[in-house]
Amino acid sequence: MLLYTYFKKMKKFLIISLLALCMGFAANAADNDPSNVKDCSEGFNRASFKFNQGLDKAILRPIAIGYRKLPNGLRTITSNFLNNLSNLVTIPNNALQGDITKAGTNLARLGINSTIGLLGMFDVASGMGFEKYEKEDYGQTLGVMGAGPGCYLVLPVLGSTTARDTLGIVGGIVGGDPWYNITVRNDTQYFKDSDYYISRGAGGVDFRAKNLEAIDNLEENSMDFYASVKSLYLQDRQKKILNSKQTTETQDDSDWDEVSSD
Amino acid sequence: MYFKRKIYLLTIVLLFIGLSKNSYSIEPNIFVQSTVNRASTILSKDIAKEEKIEKLKEVALETVDIKGIGFYTLGKHRKTLSDQQKKEYSQLFNEYFLKSFSSRLAEYSNPKIDVNSQEKISEKYTIVSSTLVGTDERPEVKIDWRIYTKNPEKPLIRDLIIEGLSLARTQKEEFNSIIQSNDGDINALFASLKEFINK
Repeated sequence: MLLYTYFKKMKKFLIISLLALCMGFAANAADNDPSNVKDCSEGFNRASFKFNQGLDKAILRPIAIGYRKLPNGLRTITSNFLNNLSNLVTIPNNALQGDITKAGTNLARLGINSTIGLLGMFDVASGMGFEKYEKEDYGQTLGVMGAGPGCYLVLPVLGSTTARDTLGIVGGIVGGDPWYNITVRNDTQYFKDSDYYISRGAGGVDFRAKNLEAIDNLEENSMDFYASVKSLYLQDRQKKILNSKQTTETQDDSDWDEVSSD
Repeated sequence: MYFKRKIYLLTIVLLFIGLSKNSYSIEPNIFVQSTVNRASTILSKDIAKEEKIEKLKEVALETVDIKGIGFYTLGKHRKTLSDQQKKEYSQLFNEYFLKSFSSRLAEYSNPKIDVNSQEKISEKYTIVSSTLVGTDERPEVKIDWRIYTKNPEKPLIRDLIIEGLSLARTQKEEFNSIIQSNDGDINALFASLKEFINK
Protein backbone atom coordinates (compact mmCIF):
# COMPACT_ATOMS: atom_id res chain seq x y z
CA MET A 1 0.00 0.00 0.00
CA LEU A 2 2.81 2.30 1.01
CA LEU A 3 4.65 1.43 -2.19
CA TYR A 4 1.53 2.15 -4.24
CA THR A 5 1.15 5.62 -2.69
CA TYR A 6 4.87 6.26 -3.32
CA PHE A 7 4.58 5.37 -7.01
CA LYS A 8 1.43 7.40 -7.33
CA LYS A 9 3.29 10.40 -5.89
CA MET A 10 6.29 9.70 -8.11
CA LYS A 11 4.06 9.58 -11.20
CA LYS A 12 2.52 12.92 -10.26
CA PHE A 13 6.00 14.38 -9.73
CA LEU A 14 7.17 13.09 -13.12
CA ILE A 15 4.15 14.50 -14.92
CA ILE A 16 4.62 17.90 -13.25
CA SER A 17 8.36 17.84 -14.08
CA LEU A 18 7.69 17.00 -17.72
CA LEU A 19 5.06 19.73 -17.97
CA ALA A 20 7.49 22.22 -16.42
CA LEU A 21 10.13 21.05 -18.88
CA CYS A 22 7.84 21.60 -21.87
CA MET A 23 6.83 25.01 -20.57
CA GLY A 24 10.51 25.81 -20.20
CA PHE A 25 11.13 24.85 -23.80
CA ALA A 26 8.27 26.96 -25.07
CA ALA A 27 9.18 30.02 -23.02
CA ASN A 28 12.82 29.91 -23.98
CA ALA A 29 12.47 28.84 -27.58
CA ALA A 30 15.35 30.15 -29.73
CA ASP A 31 16.89 31.81 -26.70
CA ASN A 32 20.20 30.15 -25.97
CA ASP A 33 21.84 33.11 -24.34
CA PRO A 34 23.62 31.69 -21.25
CA SER A 35 22.45 34.51 -19.00
CA ASN A 36 18.80 33.66 -19.77
CA VAL A 37 19.05 29.96 -18.95
CA LYS A 38 17.37 29.29 -15.60
CA ASP A 39 18.95 27.21 -12.86
CA CYS A 40 15.65 25.80 -11.62
CA SER A 41 17.05 23.19 -9.23
CA GLU A 42 20.25 24.86 -8.08
CA GLY A 43 20.36 22.98 -4.76
CA PHE A 44 20.26 19.59 -6.49
CA ASN A 45 22.66 20.78 -9.18
CA ARG A 46 25.24 22.02 -6.68
CA ALA A 47 25.05 18.73 -4.74
CA SER A 48 25.43 16.78 -7.97
CA PHE A 49 28.34 19.01 -9.01
CA LYS A 50 30.07 18.36 -5.69
CA PHE A 51 29.58 14.62 -6.16
CA ASN A 52 31.09 14.83 -9.66
CA GLN A 53 34.03 16.84 -8.33
CA GLY A 54 34.64 14.01 -5.85
CA LEU A 55 34.55 11.46 -8.68
CA ASP A 56 36.93 13.60 -10.69
CA LYS A 57 39.45 13.87 -7.86
CA ALA A 58 39.25 10.18 -6.92
CA ILE A 59 39.07 8.58 -10.36
CA LEU A 60 39.04 10.72 -13.51
CA ARG A 61 41.90 13.11 -12.78
CA PRO A 62 44.38 10.42 -11.59
CA ILE A 63 43.59 8.29 -14.65
CA ALA A 64 43.97 11.34 -16.92
CA ILE A 65 47.40 12.05 -15.40
CA GLY A 66 48.40 8.44 -16.04
CA TYR A 67 46.98 8.58 -19.57
CA ARG A 68 49.13 11.64 -20.26
CA LYS A 69 52.22 9.49 -19.61
CA LEU A 70 51.36 7.17 -22.48
CA PRO A 71 53.27 7.77 -25.73
CA ASN A 72 51.81 10.58 -27.83
CA GLY A 73 51.10 8.21 -30.73
CA LEU A 74 48.95 5.96 -28.58
CA ARG A 75 46.92 8.91 -27.33
CA THR A 76 46.38 10.13 -30.89
CA ILE A 77 45.13 6.65 -31.87
CA THR A 78 42.64 6.71 -28.95
CA SER A 79 41.43 10.20 -29.91
CA ASN A 80 41.07 9.20 -33.56
CA PHE A 81 39.15 6.03 -32.67
CA LEU A 82 36.70 7.96 -30.45
CA ASN A 83 36.29 10.73 -33.00
CA ASN A 84 35.50 8.21 -35.70
CA LEU A 85 32.92 6.56 -33.45
CA SER A 86 31.27 9.92 -32.73
CA ASN A 87 30.45 10.20 -36.45
CA LEU A 88 27.72 7.62 -35.88
CA VAL A 89 25.75 10.27 -33.98
CA THR A 90 27.04 13.28 -35.90
CA ILE A 91 25.93 12.03 -39.35
CA PRO A 92 22.19 11.58 -38.55
CA ASN A 93 22.27 14.96 -36.81
CA ASN A 94 23.94 16.64 -39.80
CA ALA A 95 21.09 15.25 -41.91
CA LEU A 96 18.38 16.28 -39.40
CA GLN A 97 19.80 19.81 -39.41
CA GLY A 98 19.56 19.83 -43.20
CA ASP A 99 23.33 19.90 -43.68
CA ILE A 100 23.58 17.22 -46.36
CA THR A 101 27.08 18.24 -47.51
CA LYS A 102 28.53 17.76 -44.04
CA ALA A 103 26.58 14.50 -43.61
CA GLY A 104 28.13 13.25 -46.88
CA THR A 105 31.65 14.29 -45.94
CA ASN A 106 31.33 12.71 -42.48
CA LEU A 107 29.95 9.52 -44.02
CA ALA A 108 32.95 9.37 -46.37
CA ARG A 109 35.27 10.03 -43.40
CA LEU A 110 33.61 7.23 -41.41
CA GLY A 111 33.91 4.81 -44.33
CA ILE A 112 37.54 5.62 -45.10
CA ASN A 113 38.78 5.78 -41.51
CA SER A 114 36.94 2.61 -40.45
CA THR A 115 38.53 0.62 -43.29
CA ILE A 116 41.81 2.06 -44.56
CA GLY A 117 42.25 3.83 -41.21
CA LEU A 118 42.06 0.50 -39.35
CA LEU A 119 38.82 0.87 -37.36
CA GLY A 120 39.33 4.59 -37.03
CA MET A 121 42.73 4.44 -35.37
CA PHE A 122 44.26 6.56 -38.10
CA ASP A 123 42.71 9.68 -39.60
CA VAL A 124 43.47 8.87 -43.24
CA ALA A 125 40.47 10.86 -44.50
CA SER A 126 41.90 14.23 -43.40
CA GLY A 127 45.04 13.48 -45.43
CA MET A 128 42.81 12.77 -48.43
CA GLY A 129 41.21 16.20 -48.15
CA PHE A 130 37.98 15.37 -46.27
CA GLU A 131 37.59 18.21 -43.82
CA LYS A 132 36.98 17.42 -40.15
CA TYR A 133 33.84 19.12 -38.81
CA GLU A 134 32.47 19.80 -35.33
CA LYS A 135 30.58 16.99 -33.61
CA GLU A 136 26.80 17.22 -33.57
CA ASP A 137 24.29 15.63 -31.19
CA TYR A 138 20.51 15.40 -30.74
CA GLY A 139 20.47 18.25 -28.19
CA GLN A 140 22.11 20.54 -30.76
CA THR A 141 19.64 19.44 -33.42
CA LEU A 142 16.70 20.27 -31.11
CA GLY A 143 18.34 23.67 -30.54
CA VAL A 144 18.76 24.28 -34.28
CA MET A 145 15.09 23.36 -34.72
CA GLY A 146 14.16 26.13 -32.31
CA ALA A 147 13.77 24.35 -28.97
CA GLY A 148 14.96 26.47 -26.05
CA PRO A 149 17.39 24.98 -23.57
CA GLY A 150 14.93 24.77 -20.65
CA CYS A 151 16.52 24.58 -17.21
CA TYR A 152 20.22 24.01 -16.57
CA LEU A 153 20.96 20.63 -14.99
CA VAL A 154 23.95 18.85 -13.50
CA LEU A 155 23.54 15.09 -13.71
CA PRO A 156 25.53 12.75 -11.49
CA VAL A 157 28.49 11.28 -13.46
CA LEU A 158 27.33 12.80 -16.78
CA GLY A 159 27.83 16.42 -15.67
CA SER A 160 26.48 19.68 -17.12
CA THR A 161 23.47 19.61 -19.41
CA THR A 162 20.11 21.31 -19.95
CA ALA A 163 16.57 19.92 -20.11
CA ARG A 164 16.78 19.99 -23.92
CA ASP A 165 20.20 18.33 -24.03
CA THR A 166 18.98 15.63 -21.61
CA LEU A 167 16.15 14.91 -24.01
CA GLY A 168 18.86 14.66 -26.68
CA ILE A 169 20.71 12.06 -24.60
CA VAL A 170 17.45 10.10 -24.23
CA GLY A 171 17.05 10.33 -28.02
CA GLY A 172 20.40 8.57 -28.40
CA ILE A 173 19.48 5.84 -25.93
CA VAL A 174 16.10 5.03 -27.47
CA GLY A 175 17.57 4.33 -30.89
CA GLY A 176 19.37 7.42 -32.18
CA ASP A 177 22.88 6.23 -31.34
CA PRO A 178 23.89 3.26 -33.54
CA TRP A 179 26.91 2.50 -31.30
CA TYR A 180 24.61 2.23 -28.25
CA ASN A 181 22.20 0.09 -30.30
CA ILE A 182 24.79 -2.53 -31.24
CA THR A 183 26.48 -2.64 -27.84
CA VAL A 184 23.88 -2.14 -25.11
CA ARG A 185 20.40 -2.02 -26.62
CA ASN A 186 20.53 -5.09 -28.84
CA ASP A 187 22.26 -8.38 -28.20
CA THR A 188 24.81 -8.84 -30.93
CA GLN A 189 27.50 -11.47 -30.90
CA TYR A 190 30.21 -8.96 -31.80
CA PHE A 191 29.91 -6.37 -29.04
CA LYS A 192 29.32 -6.30 -25.31
CA ASP A 193 27.63 -3.66 -23.11
CA SER A 194 31.02 -2.90 -21.62
CA ASP A 195 32.36 -1.81 -25.04
CA TYR A 196 29.99 1.15 -24.94
CA TYR A 197 30.79 2.14 -21.37
CA ILE A 198 34.54 1.75 -21.92
CA SER A 199 34.35 4.01 -24.99
CA ARG A 200 32.37 6.63 -23.05
CA GLY A 201 34.84 6.44 -20.15
CA ALA A 202 37.80 6.73 -22.51
CA GLY A 203 36.19 9.82 -24.05
CA GLY A 204 35.99 11.39 -20.59
CA VAL A 205 39.62 10.55 -19.79
CA ASP A 206 40.81 11.84 -23.17
CA PHE A 207 38.96 15.15 -22.65
CA ARG A 208 40.21 15.52 -19.05
CA ALA A 209 43.81 14.80 -20.12
CA LYS A 210 43.69 17.37 -22.92
CA ASN A 211 42.33 20.00 -20.53
CA LEU A 212 44.19 19.00 -17.38
CA GLU A 213 45.87 22.35 -16.66
CA ALA A 214 42.98 24.44 -17.95
CA ILE A 215 40.41 22.77 -15.65
CA ASP A 216 42.74 22.67 -12.62
CA ASN A 217 43.59 26.32 -13.19
CA LEU A 218 39.95 27.34 -13.50
CA GLU A 219 39.10 25.53 -10.27
CA GLU A 220 41.97 27.13 -8.41
CA ASN A 221 41.16 30.63 -9.63
CA SER A 222 37.38 30.51 -9.27
CA MET A 223 35.50 31.91 -6.33
CA ASP A 224 32.41 29.97 -7.43
CA PHE A 225 33.63 27.07 -9.58
CA TYR A 226 30.07 25.80 -10.11
CA ALA A 227 29.02 29.12 -11.68
CA SER A 228 32.15 29.24 -13.89
CA VAL A 229 31.55 25.73 -15.25
CA LYS A 230 27.87 26.50 -15.83
CA SER A 231 28.74 29.65 -17.79
CA LEU A 232 31.35 27.87 -19.91
CA TYR A 233 29.03 24.95 -20.67
CA LEU A 234 26.16 27.22 -21.74
CA GLN A 235 28.43 29.44 -23.85
CA ASP A 236 29.81 26.34 -25.57
CA ARG A 237 26.33 24.99 -26.31
CA GLN A 238 25.22 28.36 -27.68
CA LYS A 239 28.23 28.47 -29.97
CA LYS A 240 27.67 24.89 -31.16
CA ILE A 241 23.96 25.41 -31.85
CA LEU A 242 24.72 28.52 -33.88
CA ASN A 243 27.43 26.45 -35.61
CA SER A 244 29.44 29.63 -35.47
CA LYS A 245 33.15 30.10 -35.69
CA GLN A 246 32.62 33.83 -35.42
CA THR A 247 33.32 35.14 -31.95
CA THR A 248 31.29 38.25 -32.52
CA GLU A 249 28.07 36.37 -33.27
CA THR A 250 27.85 34.92 -29.79
CA GLN A 251 29.05 38.03 -28.01
CA ASP A 252 26.54 40.50 -26.68
CA ASP A 253 28.16 43.91 -26.91
CA SER A 254 25.46 45.93 -25.18
CA ASP A 255 26.89 45.52 -21.70
CA TRP A 256 30.34 46.62 -22.80
CA ASP A 257 28.93 49.81 -24.31
CA GLU A 258 28.03 51.30 -20.96
CA VAL A 259 31.45 50.58 -19.49
CA SER A 260 33.77 53.50 -19.65
CA SER A 261 37.12 53.38 -17.99
CA ASP A 262 38.02 56.97 -18.74
CA MET B 1 61.76 88.81 -44.59
CA TYR B 2 62.67 85.70 -46.63
CA PHE B 3 64.70 84.38 -43.76
CA LYS B 4 61.87 84.92 -41.33
CA ARG B 5 59.47 83.01 -43.60
CA LYS B 6 61.93 80.14 -43.85
CA ILE B 7 62.19 79.87 -40.07
CA TYR B 8 58.43 79.96 -39.85
CA LEU B 9 58.10 77.10 -42.33
CA LEU B 10 60.79 75.11 -40.61
CA THR B 11 59.01 75.49 -37.27
CA ILE B 12 55.76 74.18 -38.77
CA VAL B 13 57.57 71.21 -40.35
CA LEU B 14 59.34 70.42 -37.06
CA LEU B 15 56.08 70.74 -35.18
CA PHE B 16 54.45 68.23 -37.53
CA ILE B 17 57.34 65.80 -37.16
CA GLY B 18 57.11 66.19 -33.41
CA LEU B 19 53.37 65.67 -33.44
CA SER B 20 53.49 62.62 -35.65
CA LYS B 21 56.18 61.16 -33.45
CA ASN B 22 54.08 61.56 -30.34
CA SER B 23 50.75 60.49 -31.77
CA TYR B 24 50.51 57.38 -33.84
CA SER B 25 47.98 54.60 -33.67
CA ILE B 26 49.08 51.07 -32.91
CA GLU B 27 47.57 48.30 -34.98
CA PRO B 28 45.73 45.89 -32.60
CA ASN B 29 47.42 42.79 -34.04
CA ILE B 30 50.88 44.33 -33.57
CA PHE B 31 49.86 45.29 -30.02
CA VAL B 32 48.76 41.69 -29.25
CA GLN B 33 51.90 40.21 -30.78
CA SER B 34 54.16 42.52 -28.79
CA THR B 35 52.23 41.80 -25.55
CA VAL B 36 52.49 38.07 -26.20
CA ASN B 37 56.21 38.41 -26.88
CA ARG B 38 56.72 40.31 -23.63
CA ALA B 39 54.86 37.66 -21.63
CA SER B 40 56.67 34.88 -23.47
CA THR B 41 60.08 36.36 -22.65
CA ILE B 42 59.17 36.53 -18.96
CA LEU B 43 57.79 32.98 -18.90
CA SER B 44 60.82 31.46 -20.58
CA LYS B 45 63.26 33.18 -18.19
CA ASP B 46 65.06 31.04 -15.66
CA ILE B 47 63.74 32.91 -12.63
CA ALA B 48 61.55 32.04 -9.64
CA LYS B 49 57.79 31.72 -10.19
CA GLU B 50 57.12 34.62 -7.79
CA GLU B 51 59.41 36.89 -9.81
CA LYS B 52 57.66 35.84 -13.02
CA ILE B 53 54.30 36.70 -11.45
CA GLU B 54 55.51 40.19 -10.46
CA LYS B 55 56.80 40.88 -13.97
CA LEU B 56 53.59 39.57 -15.57
CA LYS B 57 51.58 41.89 -13.33
CA GLU B 58 53.54 44.86 -14.71
CA VAL B 59 52.69 43.81 -18.29
CA ALA B 60 49.00 43.37 -17.35
CA LEU B 61 48.82 46.81 -15.74
CA GLU B 62 50.05 48.39 -18.98
CA THR B 63 48.08 46.35 -21.49
CA VAL B 64 44.78 45.28 -19.88
CA ASP B 65 41.81 47.56 -19.17
CA ILE B 66 41.36 46.14 -15.68
CA LYS B 67 39.01 48.91 -14.55
CA GLY B 68 36.79 48.44 -17.62
CA ILE B 69 36.67 44.64 -17.22
CA GLY B 70 35.83 45.11 -13.54
CA PHE B 71 32.76 47.22 -14.28
CA TYR B 72 31.65 44.98 -17.15
CA THR B 73 31.91 41.99 -14.81
CA LEU B 74 29.48 43.60 -12.35
CA GLY B 75 26.74 43.59 -15.02
CA LYS B 76 23.37 44.87 -13.80
CA HIS B 77 24.71 45.32 -10.25
CA ARG B 78 26.95 48.13 -11.53
CA LYS B 79 24.08 50.60 -11.35
CA THR B 80 23.28 49.92 -7.71
CA LEU B 81 26.72 50.81 -6.36
CA SER B 82 27.44 54.06 -4.49
CA ASP B 83 30.54 56.06 -5.44
CA GLN B 84 32.32 54.81 -2.35
CA GLN B 85 31.44 51.18 -3.20
CA LYS B 86 32.59 51.71 -6.79
CA LYS B 87 35.94 52.93 -5.52
CA GLU B 88 36.30 50.00 -3.14
CA TYR B 89 35.25 47.54 -5.84
CA SER B 90 37.77 48.93 -8.36
CA GLN B 91 40.60 48.49 -5.87
CA LEU B 92 39.53 44.98 -4.91
CA PHE B 93 38.98 43.91 -8.52
CA ASN B 94 42.39 45.23 -9.54
CA GLU B 95 44.10 43.09 -6.90
CA TYR B 96 41.90 40.09 -7.64
CA PHE B 97 42.49 40.32 -11.39
CA LEU B 98 46.27 40.65 -11.15
CA LYS B 99 46.51 37.71 -8.77
CA SER B 100 44.27 35.37 -10.74
CA PHE B 101 45.61 36.40 -14.17
CA SER B 102 49.30 36.13 -13.36
CA SER B 103 49.01 32.86 -11.46
CA ARG B 104 47.08 31.36 -14.38
CA LEU B 105 49.74 32.44 -16.85
CA ALA B 106 52.73 31.51 -14.71
CA GLU B 107 51.84 27.83 -15.12
CA TYR B 108 52.77 27.94 -18.79
CA SER B 109 56.41 27.69 -19.73
CA ASN B 110 57.30 29.37 -22.98
CA PRO B 111 53.93 29.27 -24.76
CA LYS B 112 54.02 29.92 -28.49
CA ILE B 113 51.21 32.10 -29.82
CA ASP B 114 50.75 32.92 -33.50
CA VAL B 115 48.73 36.04 -34.29
CA ASN B 116 46.67 35.27 -37.40
CA SER B 117 44.22 38.02 -38.33
CA GLN B 118 42.14 40.90 -37.04
CA GLU B 119 38.56 42.08 -37.54
CA LYS B 120 37.38 45.57 -36.67
CA ILE B 121 33.88 45.09 -35.25
CA SER B 122 33.19 48.71 -34.29
CA GLU B 123 34.95 52.03 -33.74
CA LYS B 124 35.80 50.86 -30.24
CA TYR B 125 36.61 47.19 -30.76
CA THR B 126 38.83 44.98 -32.86
CA ILE B 127 38.99 41.21 -32.44
CA VAL B 128 42.48 39.81 -32.98
CA SER B 129 42.60 36.06 -33.70
CA SER B 130 45.53 33.96 -32.58
CA THR B 131 46.48 30.34 -31.96
CA LEU B 132 48.26 28.85 -28.98
CA VAL B 133 50.41 26.25 -30.72
CA GLY B 134 49.71 22.69 -29.51
CA THR B 135 52.26 20.51 -27.72
CA ASP B 136 52.51 16.78 -26.95
CA GLU B 137 50.51 17.45 -23.79
CA ARG B 138 47.67 19.62 -25.05
CA PRO B 139 45.93 20.37 -28.34
CA GLU B 140 46.12 23.66 -30.26
CA VAL B 141 43.94 26.38 -28.71
CA LYS B 142 42.24 29.23 -30.56
CA ILE B 143 42.41 32.51 -28.66
CA ASP B 144 40.64 35.71 -29.73
CA TRP B 145 41.51 39.02 -28.10
CA ARG B 146 38.92 41.76 -27.68
CA ILE B 147 40.92 44.95 -28.05
CA TYR B 148 39.46 48.26 -26.92
CA THR B 149 40.60 50.85 -29.44
CA LYS B 150 38.78 53.98 -28.30
CA ASN B 151 42.20 55.56 -27.95
CA PRO B 152 44.07 54.13 -30.97
CA GLU B 153 47.39 55.24 -29.49
CA LYS B 154 46.84 53.09 -26.43
CA PRO B 155 44.90 49.93 -27.28
CA LEU B 156 43.88 47.80 -24.29
CA ILE B 157 42.85 44.16 -23.83
CA ARG B 158 39.28 43.77 -22.59
CA ASP B 159 38.65 40.06 -23.04
CA LEU B 160 40.19 36.76 -24.03
CA ILE B 161 37.89 34.41 -25.92
CA ILE B 162 39.27 30.89 -25.72
CA GLU B 163 37.78 28.47 -28.26
CA GLY B 164 34.75 30.75 -28.43
CA LEU B 165 34.33 31.02 -24.65
CA SER B 166 34.68 34.49 -23.18
CA LEU B 167 36.65 34.82 -19.94
CA ALA B 168 35.07 38.19 -19.10
CA ARG B 169 31.59 36.76 -19.58
CA THR B 170 32.39 33.69 -17.46
CA GLN B 171 33.66 35.96 -14.71
CA LYS B 172 30.58 38.16 -14.98
CA GLU B 173 28.30 35.15 -14.51
CA GLU B 174 30.42 33.89 -11.63
CA PHE B 175 30.18 37.26 -9.83
CA ASN B 176 26.45 37.43 -10.50
CA SER B 177 26.02 33.97 -8.99
CA ILE B 178 27.85 35.02 -5.80
CA ILE B 179 25.72 38.15 -5.43
CA GLN B 180 22.44 36.35 -6.19
CA SER B 181 23.04 33.46 -3.83
CA ASN B 182 23.50 36.08 -1.10
CA ASP B 183 20.16 37.80 -1.74
CA GLY B 184 21.66 40.50 -3.96
CA ASP B 185 24.12 41.68 -1.32
CA ILE B 186 27.15 43.21 -3.06
CA ASN B 187 29.14 42.94 0.18
CA ALA B 188 29.16 39.16 -0.26
CA LEU B 189 31.11 39.65 -3.49
CA PHE B 190 33.49 42.06 -1.74
CA ALA B 191 34.04 39.44 0.98
CA SER B 192 34.74 36.71 -1.61
CA LEU B 193 37.19 38.97 -3.45
CA LYS B 194 39.02 39.77 -0.19
CA GLU B 195 39.16 36.08 0.67
CA PHE B 196 40.65 35.27 -2.75
CA ILE B 197 43.20 38.08 -2.51
CA ASN B 198 44.38 36.91 0.93
CA LYS B 199 44.42 33.22 -0.04
